[in-house]
Amino acid sequence: MNFGVIVFPGSNCDHDCLHVISSVLGQKAIPVWHKETALTGLDAIILPGGFSYGDYLRTGAIARFSPVMGAVKTFASEGGMVLGICNGFQILLEAGLLPGAMLRNRSLSFICKDVHIKVENAATPFTGHCESGQVLKIPIAHADGNYYTDPVTLAALQANAQIIFRFCTPEGKVTPEANPNGSLDNIAGIRNAEGNVLGLMPHPERCAEDVLGNDAGRLIFLSMLDALKKAKLKTAVA
Amino acid sequence: MKAKIHITLKSGILDPQGKAIEHALETLGFTSASNVRMGKYVELDLKETTKDRADAEVKAMCEKLLANTIIEEYRFELN
Repeated sequence: MNFGVIVFPGSNCDHDCLHVISSVLGQKAIPVWHKETALTGLDAIILPGGFSYGDYLRTGAIARFSPVMGAVKTFASEGGMVLGICNGFQILLEAGLLPGAMLRNRSLSFICKDVHIKVENAATPFTGHCESGQVLKIPIAHADGNYYTDPVTLAALQANAQIIFRFCTPEGKVTPEANPNGSLDNIAGIRNAEGNVLGLMPHPERCAEDVLGNDAGRLIFLSMLDALKKAKLKTAVA
Repeated sequence: MKAKIHITLKSGILDPQGKAIEHALETLGFTSASNVRMGKYVELDLKETTKDRADAEVKAMCEKLLANTIIEEYRFELN
């Protein structure tokens, strides 16, 4: 499978993503410069973490107008899988590909540490390798991960099982104390209503291999790969 | 024509920076200050000379880029 990793000026987790795709998953990883206007021959797109455009104005606010984002929108609207990690999630929110917005962390601090997240919905192309309710230990590294949306949108996210990951205790309890940034409803990751676009604040690409002492993040990439293979098989049979 | 644009978090949305500033002011003895809201200020020159059209243009800039209306509100002056 061909995974495209979008590179914005200021992206700094792009190489980690490319490494996981090529060395851990054994798939083709293609960096895509933000000036590109077409995404041809790609099976999935990853918007990596970093500080696109220096986080000027708001996180993701300027990157969302990069030329490539038009193609990302088209790719998503045609059902293509799009994963946004950290700054990638912030860009997806600003672009309107996911609902809501990010506020500064409640503590005002940049938080860089391992946290625990609960898989709330394992029936998605991004979590097929996880068990429902499984707890993953994954690092976060952000200053603006305090997810916010209006009550109507939040109710819709809850009703449609669009909240995929919630911050929790190591035992899997979703409590205010386990919430590192003040995020609404302990939200760590959501998907769109159609289910093909996922954004999450934690960094699965930083914990996807044994040599790093934690490979929980690999589950997300393996899930994506499996979903893509199944979709291809379906197309071939049809 | 010059536009002076102020962007702040909507009332009702927790503003941790405003809270921290309020606390600092309080510590310094400025106890009369409350409801501190931290915002952004953008100033720009416009080629447009008609007030109505300038107004519409700046509004469009705010809606599209300068403010995220899910969490922020904006106001501006033209002169």
